[in-house]
Amino acid sequence: MSILSAPHVLEYPYRRSLGPVLGAFFTGLRDRRLVGARTPRGRVLVPPQEWDPETGEAVQEIVPVGESGVVTSWAWVFAPRRHHPLERPFAFALIRLDGADTALLHVVDAGEPSRMRSGLRVRARWRAETVGSIRDLECFVPEASA
Amino acid sequence: MSEPVKSIVTPVRLDYVYTAGVASTRFLQGLAQGRILGQRCPVTGKVYVPPRGSSPTHGVPTEEEVEVSDKGTVTTYCIVRIPSENLSVKPPFVCAHILLDGADIPFFALIQGCPFDQVRMGMRVRAVWAPKEELAPTFESIRWFEPIDEPDAAYESYAEHL
Repeated sequence: MSILSAPHVLEYPYRRSLGPVLGAFFTGLRDRRLVGARTPRGRVLVPPQEWDPETGEAVQEIVPVGESGVVTSWAWVFAPRRHHPLERPFAFALIRLDGADTALLHVVDAGEPSRMRSGLRVRARWRAETVGSIRDLECFVPEASA
Repeated sequence: MSEPVKSIVTPVRLDYVYTAGVASTRFLQGLAQGRILGQRCPVTGKVYVPPRGSSPTHGVPTEEEVEVSDKGTVTTYCIVRIPSENLSVKPPFVCAHILLDGADIPFFALIQGCPFDQVRMGMRVRAVWAPKEELAPTFESIRWFEPIDEPDAAYESYAEHL
């Protein structure tokens, strides 16, 4: 007896409401601006959150931050898979943008892992068309090659 | 400036290949022949449909195959009024647990062939099969169940299966 098998796809097409703070962040992405949220104690969170994770106080204002920043940590992806943001090997990295106090998880297109290091300066590369998605940022690239 | 961005789509998708295993393969091949096959627990004698290859109460293999009837009794049901994608029937419709004659566990299926508000516990029903040339190793071989002209089953006959 041959055992039966069949494809089985489980998919949830969620639409998530953003609220005022993440809404400002994604609106900024669509308009090619990067913004963070300033807490009452003066720290700038990127990506922004509605509350200061240390005190629970509401954040006070949305502030612009730089398109460049510094890699604080990274992991190299040697063999990208189907849903990965780039088809060639790349780094997932935490990037602290200029003017921010927290790091954003994104992608660095560095070509090879020997070019990656914590402390590396990187700059955002925008897509030709932006829609209000984290993928409006195609990736970050080392500043020397930006 | 255009409108602010208020929401994002964040799909979750998992691509599986489901392998049926021996017991479910036998069951699905039965459906392709217009038969409903279960398996009997050697300890309790209870018949499980669809079979899973082992007894859920005693953990032992269920090796004896048993054909059960395509007639049964509605044990409990719900009326679905919310439409959703990939459904072949229009709400309101009824999903029911059906205790097939010869089985000891209810079977999940649609009820059609009567107004949705006439479905009741104890109602006797029978499987409506797909046309012979469309029978295949899939649950879709049973289109749904519909009422038959038999008196309702006594509550005691299915009380332990609710």
